[in-house]
Amino acid sequence: MDFNLNLILGQMVLGLVNGAFYAILSLGLSIIFGLLGVINFAHGVFFMLGAFAAYMLSEVFGIGYWPALILVPLMIGALGVVVEVTLIRSLYKLDHLYGLLLTLGLAFAIEGLIRIVFGPQGLPYSIPDSLRGAINLGFMFLPYYRAWVVIAGIILCLSVWLVIERTPLGAKLRAATDNPQMVQAFGINVPVMLTLTYAAGVALAGIGGVMAAPIMSVDPAMGTNIVIVVFAVVVIGGMGSIFGSILTGLALGLLEGFTKAVFAEASSTVIFVVMVIVLIARPRGLFGKMA
Amino acid sequence: MTLADMKQMTPSHPMAETALHPLGFSRARFILFVVTALAVVIAPFVLYPIFLMKIYCFIIFAVAYNLLLGYTGLMSFGHAAFWGMGAYLTAYSAANWGFGFEAALLTGTVTGAALGLIFGLVAIRRTGLYFAMITLALAQMVYFICLQSPFTGGEDGVQGVPRGSLLGLVDLNNDWNLYWLVGTILLGTIILSNRVVHSPFGQVLRAIRNNPARAKSLGYNVDRYKLCAFVMSAALAGFAGGLKAIIFQIATLTDVSTVASTEAVLITLVGGIGTIFGPAVGSIIVLSLEHYLAPFGPWVMFTQGVVFVFFVLVFRKGLLGEFQSYFKTSL
Repeated sequence: MDFNLNLILGQMVLGLVNGAFYAILSLGLSIIFGLLGVINFAHGVFFMLGAFAAYMLSEVFGIGYWPALILVPLMIGALGVVVEVTLIRSLYKLDHLYGLLLTLGLAFAIEGLIRIVFGPQGLPYSIPDSLRGAINLGFMFLPYYRAWVVIAGIILCLSVWLVIERTPLGAKLRAATDNPQMVQAFGINVPVMLTLTYAAGVALAGIGGVMAAPIMSVDPAMGTNIVIVVFAVVVIGGMGSIFGSILTGLALGLLEGFTKAVFAEASSTVIFVVMVIVLIARPRGLFGKMA
Repeated sequence: MTLADMKQMTPSHPMAETALHPLGFSRARFILFVVTALAVVIAPFVLYPIFLMKIYCFIIFAVAYNLLLGYTGLMSFGHAAFWGMGAYLTAYSAANWGFGFEAALLTGTVTGAALGLIFGLVAIRRTGLYFAMITLALAQMVYFICLQSPFTGGEDGVQGVPRGSLLGLVDLNNDWNLYWLVGTILLGTIILSNRVVHSPFGQVLRAIRNNPARAKSLGYNVDRYKLCAFVMSAALAGFAGGLKAIIFQIATLTDVSTVASTEAVLITLVGGIGTIFGPAVGSIIVLSLEHYLAPFGPWVMFTQGVVFVFFVLVFRKGLLGEFQSYFKTSL
């Protein structure tokens, strides 16, 4: 093992980029789970669809990165509405496990479809011109684009957190998470709220996909690969707290980067090891509420 | 209706059933067992024995999975780890340590059980959806370890696994000998699973599935029973994986990947969660689908996804489950 401080710091900054994606995805998963009681196995697939949508917009219509950042979440959100209304809605009265099975099947079907259309190989998506180049941080050259992903990811997560914690809409959402019957009795249309929450959660994954397109290879498996790690992140953070899932996502990205620098072989397993430790020491997760 | 409610539809007095019929089966199940046995005897004259043996291994794998999901109510997404590591260790011990057929298979089974104990100790701390996510994450960890460890042979896998012979008497390199052995093991596994489900131990598991709080208040150590069921299921999954490695003479990364876990889930769902013969029906359907769609590449994945969604929405109880409630019997 070679303890090169510059290398460690550099990898940790890059780890933060992954951490931003973990945070965005686990945030969406938590919100959906909180209100719908469904673990959205298809979350990774929506992330992947976000990247493919950005790719298609650029290839077919010549629409660049910045408009895609607005358009893609709208498209993915609309797809989310369709999925919630036609498929997920019929399962609310059943055991939660059926929601998991349904979204797993959905993930297979969508990923299979993308493979049929685009093939298994990665597709290129270029970094927007305005974010080319890199900044010298002293210990590393940080590409502007990666810096943008970290900052934008954090701002995005924090604004979602603010909406949920500090606005009347968020208050209704939190109330419905707590006691849907009571909220409905107050005249709030809970079914519509469930639909929009699902749409918003997957739209977040869609934005993540657009942001990932220039730095990860745009391929059909990208969603499945990341979603399993995000499940571990969610278990570690516990689902009770929005802020907790943001923080956990970022911290685990950092840790992954650190491990990559000091003991590269373990970098793909470190998050799972942390999960095991957390489960033994604090089964409900770092920020989880008591069951 | 919840998963638990659904299970309560299975007849309530298994002791009365088991006392009357051969091999511990109820009448309906005994008929199905005879049909299965006949199918095992006739099938190799019609279909390719290697393909049939593959189906049988997956049936045993799904029986192991169903023991956990169907009769204990725990949904694992990590069974690929037991199946895959069972396959690796069976293959490795046969290829590199000169283990014979029985010793190699035992090694795979013990590996599954040991790994199951570790997974179980961690995962039963949470229930429901968390349990599913934790087992999935643990299995992914095992996958990454296999990807990097030299003993698995990376992308090549462990190849050239000798099949050896049964008790030093029957040469298993002969596909027919091996077929009759695997067929017998399959029938034995079905008898065994029926026995376990209807044993006092199985009764406690079902009580835990239907109402864990009540089982606890009756004085049962719920976590201990869950762990026990988990280890049993993992051991049987490791055994099935080992058998597959012997038949195909190879163990690969595919066996430890998420795909294998989801296959177990899909087979169980299609056949019928919590039915004795569901895994057999599910394996035949799912593996045939894969086999005949294989030339069309990604269509396999797409079709599997559609089958998943279709069964969750329309045939949630699985094929045998639907039969069961229609004919008011248990299969």
